[in-house]
Amino acid sequence: MAETSGYNFAYLDEQTKRMIRRALLKAIAVPGYQVPFASREMPMPYGWGTGGIQVTASIVGRDDVLKVIDQGADDTTNAVSIRKFFKRTAGIETTTQTHEATIIQTRHRIPEEDLRADQIMVFQVPIPEPLRFLEPRETETRKMHALEEYGLMHVKLYEDISQHGHIATTYAYPVAVKQRYVMDPSPIPKFDNPKINRSPALMLFGAGREKRIYAVPPFTDVHSLDFEDFPFEIQTWREACALCGATGSFLDEIVTDDAGGRMFVCSDTDFCEKRREAGHAGPALAAEGAV
Amino acid sequence: MSDNHEPLLVVDGLSKRYGAQLGCRNVGFSLWPGEVVGVVGESGSGKTTLLNCISARLTPDDGVVRYRTRLGTLSDIYQMSEPERRMLMRTDWAFVHQNPRDGLRMKVSAGANVGERLMAVGARHYGNIRGAADDWLSKVEIDTGRIDDLPATFSGGMQQRLQIARNLVTGPRLVFMDEPTGGLDVSVQARLLDLMRGLVGELGLAAVIVTHDLAVARLLSHRLMVMWRGEVVEQGLTDQVLDDPQHPYTQLLVSSVLQP
Amino acid sequence: MYVPVKGGERAIENAHKLLAEERRGNRDTPDLDVAQIDEQLALAVDRVMTEGSLYDRELAALAIKQARGDLIEAAFLLRAFRTTLARFGYSIPIDTGQMVVRRRISATYKDLPGGQVLGPTFDYTHRLIDFSLLEGADPENLEEGESDMGVTPHVLNILDREGLMEPANGSSGAQERGEDGEVHVGDLTREPLEFPADRDIRLQRLARGDEGFLLALGYSTQRGYGRNHPFAGELRLGEVRVGFVPEELGFEIEIAEITVTECEMVNQFKGSKNVSPQFTRGYGLTFGHCERKAMSMALVDRALRAKELDEEVEAPGQDEEFVLAHADNVEATGFVEHLKLPHYVDFQSELELVRRMRAEIEAAKVRNGDAEQIEAAE
Repeated sequence: MAETSGYNFAYLDEQTKRMIRRALLKAIAVPGYQVPFASREMPMPYGWGTGGIQVTASIVGRDDVLKVIDQGADDTTNAVSIRKFFKRTAGIETTTQTHEATIIQTRHRIPEEDLRADQIMVFQVPIPEPLRFLEPRETETRKMHALEEYGLMHVKLYEDISQHGHIATTYAYPVAVKQRYVMDPSPIPKFDNPKINRSPALMLFGAGREKRIYAVPPFTDVHSLDFEDFPFEIQTWREACALCGATGSFLDEIVTDDAGGRMFVCSDTDFCEKRREAGHAGPALAAEGAV
Repeated sequence: MSDNHEPLLVVDGLSKRYGAQLGCRNVGFSLWPGEVVGVVGESGSGKTTLLNCISARLTPDDGVVRYRTRLGTLSDIYQMSEPERRMLMRTDWAFVHQNPRDGLRMKVSAGANVGERLMAVGARHYGNIRGAADDWLSKVEIDTGRIDDLPATFSGGMQQRLQIARNLVTGPRLVFMDEPTGGLDVSVQARLLDLMRGLVGELGLAAVIVTHDLAVARLLSHRLMVMWRGEVVEQGLTDQVLDDPQHPYTQLLVSSVLQP
Repeated sequence: MYVPVKGGERAIENAHKLLAEERRGNRDTPDLDVAQIDEQLALAVDRVMTEGSLYDRELAALAIKQARGDLIEAAFLLRAFRTTLARFGYSIPIDTGQMVVRRRISATYKDLPGGQVLGPTFDYTHRLIDFSLLEGADPENLEEGESDMGVTPHVLNILDREGLMEPANGSSGAQERGEDGEVHVGDLTREPLEFPADRDIRLQRLARGDEGFLLALGYSTQRGYGRNHPFAGELRLGEVRVGFVPEELGFEIEIAEITVTECEMVNQFKGSKNVSPQFTRGYGLTFGHCERKAMSMALVDRALRAKELDEEVEAPGQDEEFVLAHADNVEATGFVEHLKLPHYVDFQSELELVRRMRAEIEAAKVRNGDAEQIEAAE
């Protein structure tokens, strides 16, 4: 592997970090508004978290403790790769424990544990524009945001209900930030949307390939779009986590055999491990114990 | 409530060129609430250019277009901010295109097409939005069972009626129509014209209708403007202009219509 | 009993080791020499420099070796390296009119000042596989002769002098002069791409864009998707000097000599009986010898000028947002290949919804079935 000693702290040069921080400040000043920024080519491909990585690289300090998750787990391959990147280029402390982290970079989930005011969430965003699949033109969507013309967004929700009986969006569910900008919270399951509303933590969103940054400051109103008579609902499971017995967390489906055998396990690996350490046991663990 | 003695739309000295081509020149007129003005002429006469200029779709080179907003003041539509203008175009005004595909979202259902403007101005109750769409589909004589169908599955006449419903749902005061019956079969046209006449009367709409078809003009408009080569050559009460044309071009137009 | 799988870090390390092994291949086969790639796979190196946006033959050759011949992967390596380089400033614009020309052709004139020079080209070869290359036989030695090529003026200047060609800066696309009287050129590597884009940004985006994508779009314009009647006004290949004015010196010094390929297309004229018609142009420029790319770029450049030239935008090749948003293969491959990343959480959400909807339909069927049965029984 090539030597990384020739690089600046956290890889990016100071000018670039300054440019990104200016974009972040603008984003925080106008919650939910997408700020264009001159995304740099990083050593990872576009689409693999370069936006989140650039945001983290611009805000990380020597005393920060970094947690990186993907699909809620610390050990998925890309999370491992990104954590290693920061260990090498910044030499900072990393952790798998949510409560120990000062910066949490994430792809597609928000941790189950409540966040604190001294923590920052950095989201990896593939498509920052919530209207993109309704209107492919950037020139049009920019106008729609500027003029608060979000009728088309509600048309989509209306169509879902008329066709399926429910709103058919289950992740990357659009939200209204501070009753003004409509924002894509990144492909987190809608289950996680309520966690953004009035969170004590600062939430930063980076889209490297699309070159946009946006933010939700702490304690900001964030509401998922819905109709009065079809209110927003999060997902629920009949099952509890097979390992720790949790009933209020997002569960992953694990296929256990070819005959259709399945079990459900907490997506947030740190959360699940903590519960098991505290003595909670789900049906699979309990069954094991009974043998 | 707007004062019916004050004009709703005032156009003054309107001109538009396309490079060396003349679109329209020095057009002026006023429109009162509940009044329908027809603009007739052959293709290339400048009538569509005029319509686009007065409906904020095309910036004129010269002249002023003033509209009396709900606040009662006569405002220059090109001096307004873009948000104000776009709001006007979504609420107070309606624009019916010749080709309904230009005025509809072809990939969303009829119900969504009608409900969109309501949602754009803040309607958030699915049941109510659907109810309003249902009402309007009846009003324009479209089978309400088709509320979830895509416009592509509708006939031309039905698409046109859907376009009208989509436009009228927010209760506009002024409707611009560009050859609304163009491209439709004669019998379908007749039905559509009847509907339009009924709605315009019932809702007290003001309208500017561009058409090359004198029969449409006669049926729908109170007043008529005849355009030729970019200029208004004659205007007046519809019956007067059609029964007793003064300008040689108007005479030509009137005489060339096949009499049954 | 299911145990959450751990060990992602070890798996990645092992994958890297396996990759290095495969890259090297059979150890009985001699290891590739970077100089060989530079010399004998020169066109691959040229393409990687162009799409990597970095002129450094050795680095590009090394990237190709590291990327195992995957040219987009190699361009990516170059781009990532480029990000880390300190920026001293901008060079003086290169003057391709002063090029030491090795190859120069024009389809618009039979003969012209400076002549038509074929140079090293595949053009008139017969595409018959040469099996003698298997044995590595060297080609015959060539005699070096005297070059009688003087300075070769641009072909389009000939048309320009007659007033037949639109000015080089285009009609309304002329760059505006800023307060300092200087023409400002955007920098795509320093500003995010925004629409609508000016011609300078468009050309930068096309220059580093994927050759295959531009080839297909250029081809589509020739087949009627936004046809602009192109003629190859000029294609030239050769060396140009790169000048730079360091702040400390205050005067120009030559810092490099690079090879570029330049293509100028002569396209559909604009004008009518009353407005003096002129031909319009399309422009393509690449590092090294990349004719296909330079020509495709020129076709697409002209197509994207549709709005500027008051033409109807009706074909994909003329659609600025469509072309520019998707032209960069490093961005494209990143996003396409990101689908390999785990998406099981989003997928879980979809699964849950689909199952629910299917259950509702079944339940409805049962209810209707019951209702029918009750009706039938009555």
